[in-house]
Amino acid sequence: MKLNSPLQVYKYLPQINCAECGDATCMAFAAHLIDRSKKLENCPPILKDEFKKKYIELQTLLAPEIRQVTIGIGENAKNIGGDDVIYRHQLTFFNPTAFAYDVWDTMPEQELVERVNKISNFRKFYVGKFLKVDMVAVRCVSGDPLKFAGAVKKVAETTKLPLVLCSFDPAALRAALEIVKDRRPLLYAATENNWGDVAELAQSYKVPVVLFSPDLDKLKSIGATFQEMGIKDLVLDPGTYPQGKQLKESFERFVKLRRAGIKEGQKDIAFPIMSVPLNAWLVYKDAVTASYWETVLASVFIVRYADVMILHSLEPYAMLPEVHLRDTIYTDPRTPVKVAPGVNQVGTPTKDSPVIVTTNFALTYYTVESDLSSNKINCYLASVDTDGIGVEAAVAGGQLTAAKINDTFAKANFDLKEKTSHGTLILPGLAARLQGDVEDATGLRVMIGPPDSGRIPGWMEKNWPPKQK
Amino acid sequence: MTKKIKLSELGSLFGSLDIEALEGVKIEGDVELDLGQMGLNPQMAYALGHETVQLAFHLMNISRILGYPVDQLPGAAVQQKPARLSNLIESKFSVARNEEWKTPIQEVVLGATSSDGGSRKSTVTIGGENALPYYFDSPMPHRNHITMDVFDMPINMAKAVKSNYEDVINSPAEWAKKVVRDFGADMVTIHLISTDPNIKDTSPKDAAKTVEEVLQAVDVPIVIGGSGNPEKDPAVLEKAAEVAEGERCLIASASLNLDYARIAEAAKKYNHVVLSWTQLEINAQKELNRKLMKQCGVARENIIMDPTTAALGYGLDYAYTNMERIRLAGLTGDTELNFPMSSGTTNAWGAREAWMISSPLKEDSDWGPREYRGPIWEIVTGLTLSLAGNDLFMMMSPTAVQVLKEITQTLYGLKETEQVNIDNWVSAVV
Ligand code: B12
Ligand code: SF4
Repeated sequence: MKLNSPLQVYKYLPQINCAECGDATCMAFAAHLIDRSKKLENCPPILKDEFKKKYIELQTLLAPEIRQVTIGIGENAKNIGGDDVIYRHQLTFFNPTAFAYDVWDTMPEQELVERVNKISNFRKFYVGKFLKVDMVAVRCVSGDPLKFAGAVKKVAETTKLPLVLCSFDPAALRAALEIVKDRRPLLYAATENNWGDVAELAQSYKVPVVLFSPDLDKLKSIGATFQEMGIKDLVLDPGTYPQGKQLKESFERFVKLRRAGIKEGQKDIAFPIMSVPLNAWLVYKDAVTASYWETVLASVFIVRYADVMILHSLEPYAMLPEVHLRDTIYTDPRTPVKVAPGVNQVGTPTKDSPVIVTTNFALTYYTVESDLSSNKINCYLASVDTDGIGVEAAVAGGQLTAAKINDTFAKANFDLKEKTSHGTLILPGLAARLQGDVEDATGLRVMIGPPDSGRIPGWMEKNWPPKQK
Repeated sequence: MTKKIKLSELGSLFGSLDIEALEGVKIEGDVELDLGQMGLNPQMAYALGHETVQLAFHLMNISRILGYPVDQLPGAAVQQKPARLSNLIESKFSVARNEEWKTPIQEVVLGATSSDGGSRKSTVTIGGENALPYYFDSPMPHRNHITMDVFDMPINMAKAVKSNYEDVINSPAEWAKKVVRDFGADMVTIHLISTDPNIKDTSPKDAAKTVEEVLQAVDVPIVIGGSGNPEKDPAVLEKAAEVAEGERCLIASASLNLDYARIAEAAKKYNHVVLSWTQLEINAQKELNRKLMKQCGVARENIIMDPTTAALGYGLDYAYTNMERIRLAGLTGDTELNFPMSSGTTNAWGAREAWMISSPLKEDSDWGPREYRGPIWEIVTGLTLSLAGNDLFMMMSPTAVQVLKEITQTLYGLKETEQVNIDNWVSAVV
């Protein structure tokens, strides 16, 4: 983005403070454009003819440094790229690295379908949402365009996820494109040998395309040539070598490309980058070692700038750290991850159900909530306003106190003596030291649960209902 | 085949092509276009005529220069029959080194050999960087190092880790030997957790004996850790520092919530390095480092920082960014933050994904065998922080140590391997 203050943006806005964008003033809206929390199209006046010139100018000035490329269609479409900074604390990273897991055209059909389903059905609950993976990459191993097209057809029938079509043979790519041309697949790949034919495919089918060369001069050449031909939805694969000096050099290429694109504004190579951690399997044959090393390569390039990657291992011990690390790097450091404070119901609690206290840090709250609901524990769950801080840090930092806990129930008009038969609160194990204080402040009985909410079901078996004193 | 054409001729040449998008654009002055660079596909040229194709391309370019989206150009040649070039446009890629990184990270030596008044066979040097880790701007002067955990009493450990230590769990000395001999630890950390009044309340004197045993058992540099009890740690670490005099151990830790001055004093008196530990807060880190230097007189070459490690999925986003910001601040001239960093990577085992037998949630996909989940959780936590600038890793799982060493030393440039050809990865059978 070429502008960096709301004032600069303001100059291009209609300056009539009509508030149609939902902000009271154009200046406030300008600030949202800078932090990318709103889009220019949210301002109806600027779309009118009289502002057309300003609109077009502003659109270019606000465009992210790294081009955003869309793969797939409809609700499963994935945007990649679109970044404006090289360190996440400078703003945030946009469009989490898209994970494409591979299938290949020599697989028996049933295996292929099972694998595709495994990819599309993968999910891991985390902070109120499910972490998932994004695409299926179909590799042409047979060398036979017809066979490849057949596999692509089967995959397309099985999943709505976007596809990456992988072959260096333009004939194979064409055959596959004929089948899925309406789904905006990503073409992999144009090289210094086949670029002419692949360019023609990208042009006539209007699909995004990966350019592959570990030589950055060549990569830039192919990129320049494609752009000259008007093909702009490009993705760069500078090569992911799996080991040794070659891997070190691969790492350096990723850093160089991103620095050139963002810091130096070199528009001609400012495209999303692809990494292929799958290459770990070229050197390790044993599944555990290869999966481990693939996860290691994926981690390196999730942190350093891959916008899309091709992976092979569907082992949970590979996928879980991968989806979590991606979330780690792409979570927005500007927004505190909190939930609204209050007293919520989990399932259908009755007077005999437990009342559980936790914090309003989203990670804590959702972890606890899902542990309870998935184990079918009907209860009341109080989220105390700790400014979005987890249990242990909030106890240490004074955001989780007896007074705050009391407040939470008072504000929610939740009188335990009236709403429950037991008048008992359960505190997190890590907040054990608040027990006495909370008893004094609320006049209720206070029990201390286990340190990890995953252990609540077991703990309940032994401790609930509370024994009458 | 260089052919030059004047812009003023464009209009007449393109009379036949219905190019609405350029309407209203006035091109002033005569610009010469060089068409020499670009070849033509013979078939296409035959079909469309040289000029048309070439000019269509340049029109696209012009329109781009003028700020017209190329898509709006309905030039027959461009849209319907994709035109193509027959040669790649020559291009050279280059990018500058980062000129803002002018302040090197402090170099710190751990351990002392007999010539320096200690009894270690080897020393470990960390720090000295002039760039982010593994960047091309400036090679890292020292590789990352790993110190493995040894405890002064049996503790609870995840099953996948415990199985490695069952035979040595009652002997810190044997445990220390094992991690160096069998698991490739560069250093050993002896955690004196039994000194905690809530655990065994071991006296500083008895704890110091354990330190002596470990020093005798191994000849690598060591880290001496307290129990984390802020009341007790200063006394424990002071005594331990005394018995380890001259060995340049890393004393873990000085923090703002305990008598850091007493720990700093002991480190100075007996020639050790201080670990300056804060909890995920860059300003607190600055404050503690400043206090250690200014108030306690600890020399720069005797400070390492631990800005706190949170596990993958449990705050690693905070830990990663905190470290990256600290390192960038150091490189760009903040001399209160340009120290090497250490990570308690073992914290990764706190994540339930690392140790729980299966997901407590029925909606989750199968978590698979936990023996494989734990070590990779530790690896990914450490690796992520290594990219943020962390130098020294305190670790626990032998597998994790091995893999983290492999990747950090590869990125550092130490690993010579056979060349791999990836050109045909697409059709590889895996
Ligand atoms: C991330 C983190 C931070 C982040 C907090 C981000 C946030 N939004 O919370 C930041 C950087 C802000 C931070 C700051 C501080 N932190 Co901090 N932080 C951590 C860290 C690394 C992870 C905590 C975490 O997110 N855990 C995950 C969440 C999900 O866990 P949780 O909230 O506890 O929830 C679990 C359980 O409590 C339980 N549970 C929850 N609710 C309930 C309810 C019931 C009924 C039951 C039974 C169970 C239950 O189940 C949940 C899932 O397992 C820990 C160290 C560690 N590795 O654990 C230190 C840690 C918590 N921090 C600590 C400290 C001291 C601090 C500071 C005071 C440091 C300082 N001097 O500035 C500040 C305080 C800030 C404040 N309060 O304003 C200490 C606490 C020590 C102590 N026991 O007193 C820790 C343990 C680090 C340490 N070893 O010293 N911290
Ligand atoms: S809608 Fe547009 S013109 Fe109206 S206040 Fe918002 S930014 Fe200003």
